[in-house]
Amino acid sequence: MRPSSTDPAVLAAGVRSRSVRAVARALSLVERGGAETAGLLHELFAAGLAAGTVGITGPPGSGKSTLVSGLIGSLRADGRRVGVVAVDPSSPFTGGALLGDRLRMQDHACDEAVFIRSMGSRGHLGGLSWATRDAVTILSAASYDPVIVETVGVGQAEVEVASLADVTVLVLVPGTGDEVQTMKAGIMEIGDVIVLNKSDRPGMDQLEASVLAGLDLIPPGQTRPAVIRCSAATGEGLDRLRGVLDEALAVASARPDRERRRVRALLESVMAERGAAIAAARVASMYGSLDGAVDTILAGGTTPYLIGGMLEGNLELTP
Amino acid sequence: MDRRIRVLIAKPGLDGHDRGAKYIARALRDAGMEVVYTGIRQTPEAIADAAIQEDVDFVGLSLLSGAHNHLFPEVARLLREKGAGDIILFGGGVIPEEDIPGLRAAGFRAIFTPGTPSADVVEFMHREMAAR
Repeated sequence: MRPSSTDPAVLAAGVRSRSVRAVARALSLVERGGAETAGLLHELFAAGLAAGTVGITGPPGSGKSTLVSGLIGSLRADGRRVGVVAVDPSSPFTGGALLGDRLRMQDHACDEAVFIRSMGSRGHLGGLSWATRDAVTILSAASYDPVIVETVGVGQAEVEVASLADVTVLVLVPGTGDEVQTMKAGIMEIGDVIVLNKSDRPGMDQLEASVLAGLDLIPPGQTRPAVIRCSAATGEGLDRLRGVLDEALAVASARPDRERRRVRALLESVMAERGAAIAAARVASMYGSLDGAVDTILAGGTTPYLIGGMLEGNLELTP
Repeated sequence: MDRRIRVLIAKPGLDGHDRGAKYIARALRDAGMEVVYTGIRQTPEAIADAAIQEDVDFVGLSLLSGAHNHLFPEVARLLREKGAGDIILFGGGVIPEEDIPGLRAAGFRAIFTPGTPSADVVEFMHREMAAR
């Protein structure tokens, strides 16, 4: 039978001893949320900071999953244990999701040293899911290093992965717009490495020229991202990408503020999540339920802003 | 708590006809489930390992080649061997009536043959989850 214990200490011990079942169950636990989650993550906190993390982001269909599969192969050739969290979008209507990233990674299906987990974004914006950060903690604690995080297919502004990853890889493909698109703020700014993927496709020279022109405007003294042409079809660029990633991960892990930065990002995410839950509970206790608050607002009894002010403690805490 | 049904849809064996697998994957998505889709030409080992890593509640297998009597029970056996015998199995495809009792005995809770409305599959899954 499946180990039924959700005792945080028992599950944490299973994760640390690299039990695939325990890791899988721990990941489900943090995805579901609930009481045992904090205890589990508390146990794994220190070990959870150890792994180098690589974020892979870019538009839908740009080849992120195939690129991740290539990277897994390269890392496995050196005997590394690789963890992957691959996020795909959840339906805003039904909550359902088709998680198809694993399909591209089947070369590593029976490799015990590769752990791949697919996650639905479950209403979280920013390119990740609520539990992605916690999933990285768990995989790191199970001695997968590096942990690769593949975002949902992103547009222009989903930059959250950069706050979680030591190194962020932005994957671009030809034929998705003119030079002005590469001049825009947001996603174009977060790549430590920019992969120009599907280099066998037409329009590659234009894409490369406009990306490089943008990078030329980075002031001297600031780091310029490496730009690498890749093609999964031909294998072009993969070795170079691996080399650049190794170097970037080494630089990141030597950075004196690395741990501080990650701890801060974790704390901010816990605060955002718990803060919202605490606020929801207080509103529910004041008005019976969230819908009760909505009814009161609709009846002219209060406004969302008055409730916000009460939550901050600036206003009388009475409905 | 966000208890969402997670299901793996895969095609073991060598036939490449994935219309049915994709149809059911899409229908389950629309029923609010998280569907891990690993596609065609999967070995039973790859299916069992993926099911365990993804910690799914169900594994649904689709096969049209006729090798179901060998491949379906093999997935069931591997899951039990790896300590994941509690994952609920179902199958679909071109499967003769007379083979269904054998597959049920091998651990498959349901076999859906061509023409089954997708709502029947969804209803089966909700019923199984409730009985867990």
